[in-house]
Order: sequence, then C-alpha cells, then structure tokens
Amino acid sequence: MSVSIAQLAQALRERKISATDLTRQAIDAAQQCADLNALITLDDTGALAAAERADRALAKNVGSTLVGIPFVHKDIFCTKGIRTTCASRMLADFVPPYDASVVEQLAGVQAVSIGKANMDEFAMGSSNENSFFGAVKNPWDAARVPGGSSGGSAALVAAGIVPFATGTDTGGSIRQPAAFCGITGLKPTYGRVSRFGMIAYASSLDCGGVLARSAEDCAHVLTAMAGHDARDATSTNAPVDDYVSALTKPLAGLRIGVAREYLGAGIDAGIGAVVQAALKQYEKLGATLVDISLPNAALAIPAYYVIAPAEASSNLARYDGVRYGHRCTDPTSLEDLYTRTRAEGFGAEVQRRILVGTYALSAGYYDAYYLRAQRVRRLIASDFTDAFKTVDVIAGPTTPTVAFKLGEKSADPLAMYAADVNTVAVNLAGLPAISLPAGFSEGLPVGLQLIAPAFAEARLLNAAHQFQLATDWHARMPEGVA
Amino acid sequence: MSIDAATVRHIARLARLAVGENALASIAGELNGVLALADQLAAAQVDGIAPLAHPHDQTLHWRADAVTESDRADAFLALAPEARGGLYLVPKVLE
Repeated sequence: MSVSIAQLAQALRERKISATDLTRQAIDAAQQCADLNALITLDDTGALAAAERADRALAKNVGSTLVGIPFVHKDIFCTKGIRTTCASRMLADFVPPYDASVVEQLAGVQAVSIGKANMDEFAMGSSNENSFFGAVKNPWDAARVPGGSSGGSAALVAAGIVPFATGTDTGGSIRQPAAFCGITGLKPTYGRVSRFGMIAYASSLDCGGVLARSAEDCAHVLTAMAGHDARDATSTNAPVDDYVSALTKPLAGLRIGVAREYLGAGIDAGIGAVVQAALKQYEKLGATLVDISLPNAALAIPAYYVIAPAEASSNLARYDGVRYGHRCTDPTSLEDLYTRTRAEGFGAEVQRRILVGTYALSAGYYDAYYLRAQRVRRLIASDFTDAFKTVDVIAGPTTPTVAFKLGEKSADPLAMYAADVNTVAVNLAGLPAISLPAGFSEGLPVGLQLIAPAFAEARLLNAAHQFQLATDWHARMPEGVA
Repeated sequence: MSIDAATVRHIARLARLAVGENALASIAGELNGVLALADQLAAAQVDGIAPLAHPHDQTLHWRADAVTESDRADAFLALAPEARGGLYLVPKVLE
C-alpha cells in the first residue's frame, strides 16, 4: 500500500473504493502476514462496524482526510471494551473501561482501528523482543528485529498492511523502529499529544506520536492527535499549527545543524554514508549545513537510564494484583500477593528497570543518581537551546546501525541500551523529532533524524516532506509482504 | 558503589518483587552493569545546575475545585481479580 493517505481519502470520496473494502483488505493483509507477529489483538468486528459508519459519513461527504482510513493502535493506548495488554502478562486480560484521548480523537475523525499492535513490554525495549506475546519480525528481513518499542506498529506500516499506526516514544520508541523498518516516524513535542489513557512508563518522557509511510501522512494524523487535554496535567495549551499547509514551503534558507557527536565513533560507516548523501540532497533543496556541537550528548544514555527506570519504578507500583491485572494464585499474605504477582506478571527487562529505578530513588542514592541525572538533563536540554540559536533543525542518523538480528543483543542489556544513543536526548529535552527513510546500508533501511525546537512539528514535517518530494526512499517496500 | 546479593534482596523488597535466593547473584551482576553506565554521570559538571523535572518547566494548570469524575465504581470493581460488596478483597492482614 504505497498509496498516500490523501490518495486513499480521495479514492474513498470518489467512491472508487469503500471504507469497508479498504478495512477488509487491511484485515486480510494482517492475517496473511501473521508470521510478522505484529498484532496482539485483531478487532475485525469493531473495525468493520467502524468502517460502515465511515462509509455513511463518506456518503454525506462530511469529515476529514482520515475518515475510513484503516490503522492500528500500539497496544499501550487504552481501548474501551478491547483488551489492552501493553505486551505484558500483567495486563494480558485487561479490558479497559475507557478510551485513551488519542483513541477518542482518531475515532472522532472516523479513522478505522483494526486492532492493537505488538510492542516491547510496557514500552521498555529497542527490539520488540521484550513482549509477552513474542518478538515481532522485520518485514525487510524476518531474521531481524523491527526495532522497539513500537515494533508492531512499524512492521505493520512497513509491510503495507495499514497506512499508519500510533506509537509512543519515551527514548526513541517511534523513531528507532521507523528507521529499522524504512518508514517515517514522528515523535511530537512533549505535551503536544495527550497522555490520558496511554499506559505510563516514564511520565516526564512518554510521548504519543505516529508512524506512517511519509511525512505528509504523518501531518494528517498529527492534525487529529495534537491538542490540549484537561485530563492530562502535562498537556500543553498552545495552538495547534496547520501541519498540512506547512508542508509545501520551500526549504531555501533552512539552516541544518549537523551535530558532530551524532556522526562520531559507534556509527556504522554505511549509516554515515547514507546520512551524508541525505545532507547533500538537503543542500540541493536550498538548505545550508552548519557544523554544530552538542557537548553533553554522551551523557544522554546514562541520564536516561536513571530517570526512565526511576519513573518506571514509581509508575509500575500500581500493579499490585488487587485492583486489576494479573494476580498470583493462593497468596498466603498481602506481601506474598504483591511480590509474587509482580514477579510473575512482569518480564525480565521490566523487573530490571524497576530494580534499577528503586535503587536510584532509595535512601542514600537519590542525590548521586536521580537528582544528578535531572541536573544533567538540564545540561542536555541547554545544549539544544544553544544550538537552536544558530540553526533551524538538527540532523543526524536515527540509529548507529541498521536493524540487528533477533537474539543478537537480547542477552546484553547494555548493548541494547546503546541502540538509543541518538534518540534519548530528544526525550530528555522534550523536543519534537522525526525519522525519515534516507537510503539503505547492507540492503536494510537507514533513518535520518531531524530534531526541531519545541512545538516546531510543522517545520520538521515540512523539511521531511520536501526531502520526500525529491527522493523515493520512503516509497520503497520490502518484497514478499502484502 | 557495587551492588551485592544483600542489596538486591533489599531493593527487591522495596520494589515488592519476589526474587529467588539463587537469582540474587546474577541480578546483582546485571544491575552493576547498568549502574556502571549511570556512574558516568559522576563526571558531569553540575554545580549550580537546577534539576529538570519537566522538559518545558511547565507548571500545573488551575481548574475549578469541583468534582469532574462520575461514579464508575462498578465498572472499575469489575476489573478486580477479587471483589465483593463494593470492596477489593486481599488476604487477611490481621489475624
């Protein structure tokens, strides 16, 4: 389905296809590609009912571009009446009594959700191997990971099963799988998309966003997702830009900062070459390249792997076997109920982060770890503030390598954490960033990351769209799938 | 600062995670690896730098002091592994 959302919307309006047909196609394609293990729950009944409603709206010629467009939600967004697992045994049978704001928003514009996408458990992971429901496979090479934590979302879009998917990004969980799967992934500014009903991992970093084939498609979806929500205390009450109109602006005069730290040691040569070629393309489009430095970049991973586990240990305290979720059998005491329920319900990586976070917040270590990490967080944010005094966006590779093999890093948490080296700083600073397909290395997709100042999503989407008008990397699809 | 089996036992207790005695040593090893990463923070110059908790240093919104939630006790209790008479049930705390 290398067709754009706008083209699909036009076909729907011209009655060349119905929302029901489009939805049926997506469901069939998902079933044919079951080997990818990208879906946790397929909601064909709900999807076909929603498609019928969309067809009625289309018959009256009302609604936005997304009416009748099939998609999937990452299984971290609560869906009323449809189980929401967060890829954890803890929530394997959890059926939320309410919808997340993002779910309401996309249902409100009558996009058609066909189900819930696989992910790393509680969004903790960079390979989608930490799922209670099993690893997701990369559509470009079934022996490789799709990235994580929004790996199911990325694989479904890359395989052409749906034109877009929702995702969340706490340390790179939209951008890294988008890069590994050769699609476009947008992490908006922290606070731009409501976190209400989005199961919490690290609340000061968690951010909902979109994975799609192109920046133009992302612009249509972000338009529906962005905005203030009184139910999320950290949601920002700032006007939402017209992302679609901004796409067409020429790039002449755009100043692109090339951060030397993002192209240094640890970045595969093949990735570096693709990124350099993409930067040349940007020069052809009228942009100017500016050499910049983000001096504290190397501290982003250490700061992230203190702050995120600390917040996770606090957020995940709610899973106690009492109110909802998994409960161990025959608890002998309240203590036994808590400890055994949690040990059974959480996978190894989630338990590891809970323990690290508990330690970092415990008496005697709080100042040395958590408070120090928060001070470093300000240094990292200040690096970006300084850089944006002279440049409009910052560019670099999204990931240091192409998609790695299943099992290659799963036994070594530190090697896995290093996969986030170029993405976590953006979350610490709360900035928007996009990963867009920029070429191939070793036959696998490479992502270019663009970072912008807070609330400049329109600038990012514009810069990515202009690149995609001049290149066709985003239109390339893996062989042998839908 | 290195984590040993006793420290793992202590933080597992704080985190309410059951950890078997035979797993303590391997978990200690893993946590020491992660903390070695965190120890890189010690090199940062952070004197006089205020901690950053919210990326935009945003303060909370004010709203009217009024009830905004409806009573959905039944819907929420229906999710509980064990509930009766409007209450969550847990093992006896007092004998």
